[in-house]
Amino acid sequence: MNVILIAVIILGVVGLVSAVMLYAASKKFAVVEDERIGKVAEVLPQANCGGCGYPGCSGFAAACVKAADGGSLEGKLCPVGGQAVMEKVAGILGMAVEKAVPKVAVVRCNGTCANRPRVVEFDGVRSCRVQLLSGTGETACAFGCLGGGDCVSVCQFGAISINPETGIAEVDEKRCTACGACVKACPRKVIELRPKGPMSHRMVVLCVNRDKGAVANKVCKASCIGCGKCVKTCQFEAITLNNNLAYIDPAKCKLCRKCEEACPKGAIHAINFPPRKPKAEKPAVAAAPAQKAAPAVAEEKKEA
Amino acid sequence: MKTFKIGGVHPSENKFSAGAPVRRAGLPKQAVFSLYQHIGAPAKPVVAKGDVVKVGTMLAEADGFVSVPVHSSVSGKVSKIDAIVDASGYRRPAIFVDVEGDEWEESIDRTPDLVTLDRHPELTAEEIVSRIKAAGIVGMGGATFPCHVKLTPPKGTKAECVIINAVECEPYLTADHRLMLEKPDEILVGVSLIMKAVGVNKGYIGIENNKPDAIALLTEKAKAYPGIEVVPLRVKYPQGGEKQLIAAVTGREVPAPPALPIHVGAVVQNVGTTFAIYEAVMKNKPLFERVITVTGKDVKNPSNLLARIGTPMAQLVEECGGMPEDTGKVIGGGPMMGKALMNLEVPVCKGSSGLLLLSEKEARRMEPQPCIRCAKCVDACPMGLEPYLLATASALRNWELAEENHITSCIECGSCQYTCPSMRPILDNVRMGKTTVMALIRARNAK
Repeated sequence: MNVILIAVIILGVVGLVSAVMLYAASKKFAVVEDERIGKVAEVLPQANCGGCGYPGCSGFAAACVKAADGGSLEGKLCPVGGQAVMEKVAGILGMAVEKAVPKVAVVRCNGTCANRPRVVEFDGVRSCRVQLLSGTGETACAFGCLGGGDCVSVCQFGAISINPETGIAEVDEKRCTACGACVKACPRKVIELRPKGPMSHRMVVLCVNRDKGAVANKVCKASCIGCGKCVKTCQFEAITLNNNLAYIDPAKCKLCRKCEEACPKGAIHAINFPPRKPKAEKPAVAAAPAQKAAPAVAEEKKEA
Repeated sequence: MKTFKIGGVHPSENKFSAGAPVRRAGLPKQAVFSLYQHIGAPAKPVVAKGDVVKVGTMLAEADGFVSVPVHSSVSGKVSKIDAIVDASGYRRPAIFVDVEGDEWEESIDRTPDLVTLDRHPELTAEEIVSRIKAAGIVGMGGATFPCHVKLTPPKGTKAECVIINAVECEPYLTADHRLMLEKPDEILVGVSLIMKAVGVNKGYIGIENNKPDAIALLTEKAKAYPGIEVVPLRVKYPQGGEKQLIAAVTGREVPAPPALPIHVGAVVQNVGTTFAIYEAVMKNKPLFERVITVTGKDVKNPSNLLARIGTPMAQLVEECGGMPEDTGKVIGGGPMMGKALMNLEVPVCKGSSGLLLLSEKEARRMEPQPCIRCAKCVDACPMGLEPYLLATASALRNWELAEENHITSCIECGSCQYTCPSMRPILDNVRMGKTTVMALIRARNAK
């Protein structure tokens, strides 16, 4: 009986002392966490992809709260959640959110097996970085997509894949969240994040070859040779020519598609545009109004 | 018999051309001189289109300390300064010379007599190094590191011995072997020149035991040269690696990078480089030709050719009986560390030690199987690394893990991949990881 009593008393006293110490410690060393961070983190997609530039979703939430205290959410964008999530975040923090431009990853290479002949065979590990160690890869092009799939292995959303027929990477626009992981992974900097554009319509130079025209022409049928015809054609000064390579500035491009026609190599592509009405060889009277109607529709879409 | 302690493999030697005396390759119609024939800053052209050059005329000068000049190997007219597609497929600046006749610069001593060091007691160490630098000599075993840099020990270090790398541990290659049999005295004078340049009185020549004729000949001849000793070594790959050779000959281990061989008091030079040093210092002949082995199981006439630098590889293949029908891969260098060539118009460079033609069947890799954890790669690694771990870390892009496990110490000898019973592409991944980690370290240090 005595033994039990002693044990109970000792345990009771130890428990009491510990409780007092813990209470004191919890008051003394309390970490005041902004409860908004937790709330913001809850509405984020929890993909932890790092596309926003912060270490994971909680890091981004903390950065948003800090930015909100600073007065503006400018420049903060969750690429996965997009506009909808940012509006929720802004709601929690009592801020207004600017309209973000939705972006998408674009593989700027059209060196398909048909366009860009394979000159050697690579027998090692299917990885772009490994291929680069031994040379320019399977084609003679020193700039384009290697088709090794480094971008595929880093994409968390299954949005990018190597098309076995063309041998180059392809982006599934519905799945792409523009987190930018593939852009970082691509050792040749072929992939670029570009604004999706109205109705997902956009004009892109699908080539990154900076060799001189004669060389670029030899290695690939669809390469940009830096001839500058598109630059002259563009009325909006949206196209620049640097290092024998044309680049279309998405902010200035008005999607008129004139450069597409001007490009002698077919390196400029109009993506997601409805197929053009085939030009009738002998323009019939009935066809004329239809042809005129098409540009009008395009202009309406542009304004929308 | 001496050898290095850790790891190593013994691939079948296949030295088909060991009995073929060195013969001169024909002059090319057009010689192409890449400005990137060495490690370091590319050379700067000093000639222009239309200039007439002779054999031995300087075409491009060294651009900085870690850089060497490029000399013409032919006489003729500079036709253009343009880009060539090099062995890896990239375009590099190069000087093209259309060959006319074979006229040499008068300053080059073309007599065959041996010039020993006794005849030129006035040569100082600085004089030797500056002549080597002016002759554009680089490490001719394949690394192409400028030779004069190695002979100028950094402050705070002191050379204790010179080691000549006459191991030629790569299968197939026999260029160094033939050179030793045909120019033993010149090589020994070259060794004494290097010893004088770095101020030591001990020189070792490390030769693998599969070249008994070269060991016997050089041991006999070396008796006349004080301080030079021939060290026979047990056949083991990669004994020709600088660190492995030092360990085999002196028993000293070179610490992990950034430590250099000089930190254990060793200066290592390839035997081909040693011969080039002799010619440069004693004969005033810049580096513009070298011995290159052209070989392969199906090559009609495997040979050791003394080729002018700038000769297209395709011409060398023709001189050895032409391209075998089912050639699947052409490798520049040996089978273990050489690199597959993207095209055969690549010219001979200062570092081209061999040209290996593999048949379609030999060239094809086998399907990799899962790792069976046998640890053969760990046993084979001459640097004491864990290749399976480094390969996995690299493939999973875990650069921290790779760096912690000393991926930067890898010498890329390929023993791990050679020994792997599952045919796993270990070296592919390790090499990729190593370049990535080195880039990360450089970026970190630059901050």
